[in-house]
Amino acid sequence: MSPETRSGTKAAAAPAADVIHNIGYRNYDGPRLGRAYARRSLFSQSLRGAYGLGRSAKSKVLPMILLAVMCAPAVILVAVTITTQQEKLPVQYTRYAVLLQGVIGLFLAAQAPQSVSRDLRYKSVPLYFSRPIERVDYVVAKFAAMASALFMLTGVPLVILYIGALLAKLDFVDQTKGFAQGIVSVALLSLLFAGIGLVVAALTPRRGFGVAAVIAVLTISYGAVSTIQGIADTQGSTDVIPWLGLFSPITVIDGVQTAFLSASSSFPGGYGPSAGQGVVYVIVLLGLIAGAYGLLMRRYRKVGL
Amino acid sequence: MYNHTVARLTYRALLGRRRALILCALPVLLLVIAAAIRAMTGADDQTAADVLGGFALATMVPLIGVIAGTGAIGPEIDDGSVVYLLAKPVKRPTIIFTKLLVAIGVSVAFSAVPTLIAGFLLNGNSQQIAVAYAVAAAVASIAYSAIFLLLGTVTRHAVVVGLVYALVWEALFGSIVDGARTLSVQQWALALAQKIGADGAISSAVGLPLALVLLIGVTVVATWYAGQKLRSLTVAGDD
Repeated sequence: MSPETRSGTKAAAAPAADVIHNIGYRNYDGPRLGRAYARRSLFSQSLRGAYGLGRSAKSKVLPMILLAVMCAPAVILVAVTITTQQEKLPVQYTRYAVLLQGVIGLFLAAQAPQSVSRDLRYKSVPLYFSRPIERVDYVVAKFAAMASALFMLTGVPLVILYIGALLAKLDFVDQTKGFAQGIVSVALLSLLFAGIGLVVAALTPRRGFGVAAVIAVLTISYGAVSTIQGIADTQGSTDVIPWLGLFSPITVIDGVQTAFLSASSSFPGGYGPSAGQGVVYVIVLLGLIAGAYGLLMRRYRKVGL
Repeated sequence: MYNHTVARLTYRALLGRRRALILCALPVLLLVIAAAIRAMTGADDQTAADVLGGFALATMVPLIGVIAGTGAIGPEIDDGSVVYLLAKPVKRPTIIFTKLLVAIGVSVAFSAVPTLIAGFLLNGNSQQIAVAYAVAAAVASIAYSAIFLLLGTVTRHAVVVGLVYALVWEALFGSIVDGARTLSVQQWALALAQKIGADGAISSAVGLPLALVLLIGVTVVATWYAGQKLRSLTVAGDD
């Protein structure tokens, strides 16, 4: 706005005593980036935020340490494979995430509340919804960002293993097949864990309680399931072991990959689900992911206002 | 050393509204598991020790300790409302001590009592297993409450640090590196359980005298240091 236009309009209409002056405020008439852009921004900001990028140095510490802890065993395994000239990798691609589930759980527990609880606490959710995004955009963006963050956390070590395996001149077809199965498995794991973590975290505006609640859901369910499975194994009632695995997130993933992704089960005694039970596992897995999405949509119907 | 109003406020912060339900979920789950296993396999001492040691003492007690210990002071520091409490003419060690008492009360009520009931459900206290694990859970709750209350005053990421200690240090390193067990609250509590339980029913990696000294020492030092930290607390909101 230039001063000339303002003085010009004033001069033209010889001002009466009490008139509302046009002081030249103008509407924004530049390009509007729209809903898709806002959704993309929310996604990328949430994804960066999960690793502390664009936040203070202190909040980068934990995710980066966890990423390093996640990758370190893969590097060691590759080094061992190459120096000792093994025929195959000491750990299956599909097994890796199950072994390091504690790290994944901690990452989720630390970052899921960071992603959603603070928006609730500082009441910035209504501000998001004052932009041209809908409830579904917010939920999808946060869900996708958390799942992508987890996918990076679990996928990078697999890539390290794969590259290492190829450098060690292991069988290409074999390794590629295993790698692809591993990637599918961690993709499912990321979606499931992201859904569970976000649903729990979205319930409380307190970050601390969110962290504790997420880790409680993951470890308590796993602790309970593996304790009962262990007892069922020692008691010899091995046919209930696969069914028990349906009750905790990581064992659901384990069951699905045992049934369909040629992984060896980490259940006590190795009694993984058969193909028939595997179908139930897949249904439960997809149901949990869809249920988490539905619960988030339901939750944000209220808090958005 | 005890302030009733602080206690009431802490109690309400810990158990207010839905939080009591979350805390209830864990003991209820333990009791359900105990009942299910009893129905499935009948009374068996080894099974009882597995469930109480593997699930109750190793998973449930630290989690409840983290929730009660950090929850007693962490959220207040987090949202800055602790300044209204600190501005009152109440000594800061008194505040810490009161909050510690409440945290201990809550964690004992939600971990030791269910452990005792679960023990009776599992094998009717044969070989004193139920009582031994209940005492261990109670003692561990006290130490965990003090440690995690201290963490709550030291760092804003108390819950994460507490969980890393409880899950990574005690569960992971404790099972791989023997030396790490000497520095594990769980093993100290187990030493006490070993004394109470029948011979060979429960085993711990730490001797009883050392365990008792460490338990008491850690609890007292953590409480004292938390009081000191609260004296020089700066309330900063960055995150």
